[in-house]
Amino acid sequence: MGNGTKVGQVRGLGSAHKGTHHFTAQRVTAVGNALLVTWLLISVVTLPSYDYATVTGWLAQPIVAVPMILLLVSVFQHIRLGLQVAVEDYVHDDGLKFATLMLVNFYAIAAVAFGIFSVLKIALAGSSL
Amino acid sequence: MAKTGQRPLSPHLTIWRWGPHMLVSILHRVTGDGMAIFGGLGLVWWLCAIASGPAGYANFRYYAWEAAAGDTWGLVVNIFCRIVMIGLTWAFFEHLFSGLRHFVLDIGAGYELRANRRWSIILVVAAILATVALWGWLLFGKGV
Repeated sequence: MGNGTKVGQVRGLGSAHKGTHHFTAQRVTAVGNALLVTWLLISVVTLPSYDYATVTGWLAQPIVAVPMILLLVSVFQHIRLGLQVAVEDYVHDDGLKFATLMLVNFYAIAAVAFGIFSVLKIALAGSSL
Repeated sequence: MAKTGQRPLSPHLTIWRWGPHMLVSILHRVTGDGMAIFGGLGLVWWLCAIASGPAGYANFRYYAWEAAAGDTWGLVVNIFCRIVMIGLTWAFFEHLFSGLRHFVLDIGAGYELRANRRWSIILVVAAILATVALWGWLLFGKGV
């Protein structure tokens, strides 16, 4: 990055043909969430009971386990992008902002990993539990 | 932004009053960040609890919903979790409806003052009604 001319000071910081990626990804995952979380809400509230056998039997079905994994991916991607915007808006200290954004990324990635592992364990090892 | 020096601010920045569109905008962010933290952690807690087996899931249900009558700490956690669950369903409806409003605004529609104001009020009321309807049915119809 140059430091002489005005354009040199901003080159590489502005539009690098990636400026709309965050915006688009937030909306694409929003559509995914609108469908998948609505499905989860309806599915959970209409479960006949919430005992262990019912819940694991429900979650172990492919038609439930797969949408649940898709939901985790879509929701936590949306969460990562959304919390990033909030941090960028309210945390002004550069060092603290860097640390908070790192924490946001760790949280979202760890949560999706724990979530997917749990769903797979229930779906694939359900009978042995 | 490039270095701009001392530029005058718009005089209108300090002249404003509350409107439904501002409320919706702020609620969108509050409900989104609230669900991102409480909803995200709750979802993963629930899935991990189920995956950890019958005892782990029983422990989750105990603290989330149905602690023993004599267990003061457990009942306090129950009340907190119930408030969070009801809050999360409201946050979901609010964020879903205001998110759909964002899609309409994204295509460049709905900026007319009257329409913008009307839909802002409608979706806030709709989110509250949906929450009341859902929990009314869950608690008194289904009897959870």
